[in-house]
Amino acid sequence: MQKMPNWADVVLVPVLSLVLAAIISAIVILAIGHNPIDALGIMVKGALGNSANVSYTLYYATNFIFTGLAVAVAYHARMFNIGGEGQAYIGGLGAALACLYIPWPHWTLALIGGGVAAAVFGAAWAAIPAYLQAKRGSHIVITTIMFNYMAYPLLNFLLNGPIKAGGMEPATPSFAETMHLPNLSAILGAVGISFSDRGPANFALIIALLACVFVWALIWKTKLGYETRAFGQSETAAKYAGIKPTKIIMISMLISGGLAGMMAINNVMGEAERLVLNAVEGAGFIGIAVALMGRNHPVGILIAAILFGILYQGGAELSAELRIPREMVTVIQALVILFTGALDNMVRMPIEKLFVAFGRKGAN
Amino acid sequence: MDLLAFFDIAVLDGTVRLGVPLLLACLAGLYSERAGIFDIGLEGKMLIAAFLAAGVSFTTGSVWLGLIAGVMASVLLSLLHGLASITFRGNQLISGVAINFFASGITVVAAQAWFGEGGRTPSLSGAARFESIQFPGALTRIRDIAKADLPMKVYSELLSGHTIIVYLCILIVPFVWWTLYRTRFGLRLRAVGENPGAVDTAGISVYRMRYSAVIICGVLCGLAGAYLSTGLQAGFVREMTAGRGYIALAALIFAKWRPWQALGATMLFGYLQALAIRPDILERAIGIRVQTQVLDALPYVLTVIVLAGFVGKAIPPRAGGEAYVKER
Repeated sequence: MQKMPNWADVVLVPVLSLVLAAIISAIVILAIGHNPIDALGIMVKGALGNSANVSYTLYYATNFIFTGLAVAVAYHARMFNIGGEGQAYIGGLGAALACLYIPWPHWTLALIGGGVAAAVFGAAWAAIPAYLQAKRGSHIVITTIMFNYMAYPLLNFLLNGPIKAGGMEPATPSFAETMHLPNLSAILGAVGISFSDRGPANFALIIALLACVFVWALIWKTKLGYETRAFGQSETAAKYAGIKPTKIIMISMLISGGLAGMMAINNVMGEAERLVLNAVEGAGFIGIAVALMGRNHPVGILIAAILFGILYQGGAELSAELRIPREMVTVIQALVILFTGALDNMVRMPIEKLFVAFGRKGAN
Repeated sequence: MDLLAFFDIAVLDGTVRLGVPLLLACLAGLYSERAGIFDIGLEGKMLIAAFLAAGVSFTTGSVWLGLIAGVMASVLLSLLHGLASITFRGNQLISGVAINFFASGITVVAAQAWFGEGGRTPSLSGAARFESIQFPGALTRIRDIAKADLPMKVYSELLSGHTIIVYLCILIVPFVWWTLYRTRFGLRLRAVGENPGAVDTAGISVYRMRYSAVIICGVLCGLAGAYLSTGLQAGFVREMTAGRGYIALAALIFAKWRPWQALGATMLFGYLQALAIRPDILERAIGIRVQTQVLDALPYVLTVIVLAGFVGKAIPPRAGGEAYVKER
């Protein structure tokens, strides 16, 4: 029985959830003594006001596309990968090692080499939790959280010892000039569009868009994707159909970890051009909100990632102008996760009832 | 090598101080998960309680009012978790994640609006803090303790000088054990986490049992958080829980969801934390320098090893994580 039309499920429910999250956020801003409408204005202007700001917004969005896709791929196999943060840290390590110790002659080769290293390292960090889930039944959520907490001390150790550059800061040396990825202004300049070069958006954005296409094709156009979705819908049914749970869990988690790791193309290779300690800045966790909001579909994730990019960059302006801490973005992120994820039924059930009631009237 | 250094009194004292919040949070999780509600939001509930306890203590000058405020905030988040995972049958893990982020953000935003000191509360002193209780005849000056003989050291540093929450904690483990295994409430609680259908058939409300468990969880997390900001330290700083909620969760699995084992696991993890802030003692004990990062990572590594089933199998309550739909 079709309870409500598809558009209501895909558009109406998420939009209503967002409206609820926005209302609560506005109440919070009101409670700390600011006008929510003014705050919204500052955020939008700060995120989209000029092309340098847009560049920052797109830079953050690129991070969130990678981590959002990572969460989504795992989620289709009913694996809740909270480890994107740790996988992105370790992916950064992979990218940094590849760029520091291999003298790539050109940035295109560095992009391939560093990108592959980032993906492999990220996937490796997801591999142990995936194996333990598949073979020993250890809960993936707990193990991936544990691996997040192991990634940080590991990097802390490496960046303060073996791969540290000179000086006080826990960071690697900068990568060679020849490996720097072109920024967005250079890319757009090549096709005759002028764009500020004062922002961090870079070639990684294009890789992120390609990753969206890749995930869409993988999940909806391949046998593996079909098996993954079947497994995610019903493990027992999938087993009867001859789908091997171990294979699906391992492959989906490896791809998920690889995507999270590939975030390093943006933040490590594209922006910092070296590895610093807090390189990921919570993007792995924002990926959870992005995937939930985007309903685990690449198009939804792209939209959600840009929205969170606006929030993140706008939040920086908000803290500069109104002295509202950047953590306000974390609050909004939490509310989005709460309403689109945990309280989904609260929003969905009344709408379903409405559609059923009106549907009956229409049938009579 | 001086293996006796492992039993350094200062480290053992630190173990108790750092183990207590882990123990409270771990027992909080125990009630909730034994009733079939997974709770990865322990961290967030502790954090919001730590903040509100410190904020209200500072404003009113009474640590007890602060404690009540902190516990209430934690219980409110627990009820939100209950609403999402019991009433609306949402994903309990996602709800927990949301609660953690919410607490992480709102504490800093509110602290900035309230005190304007960059997301922290002012330092607490006097009645706005849990004072340490000195036993009669205990030495208080570090110099005196260093010179004293062993029984006096143990008495003065390890036994004396903790806050009231620590001493209450001595009673809490037998109490939890008793409620869980020797009362009707405990039997029903465990049953609701294993087979809610059977409990429902017996005419007991699954929803009410689960909500009670979630509220108890909130109270205990609130105590843990309030202890952090008003007992262990003097004031709230951002992210002051520093992953303790997750370590408590790890301890819960390590303990296989049982109260006495939870005491052992949390004290072990507390010990590792205490050792991590005294690398000199570890060096004296094993003769080589160990990176503190190894100690930082150790609780998580141990948990993964336990989860992997190498130290006996950790089997969670059977109905854990699943919403109960009442039959009609």
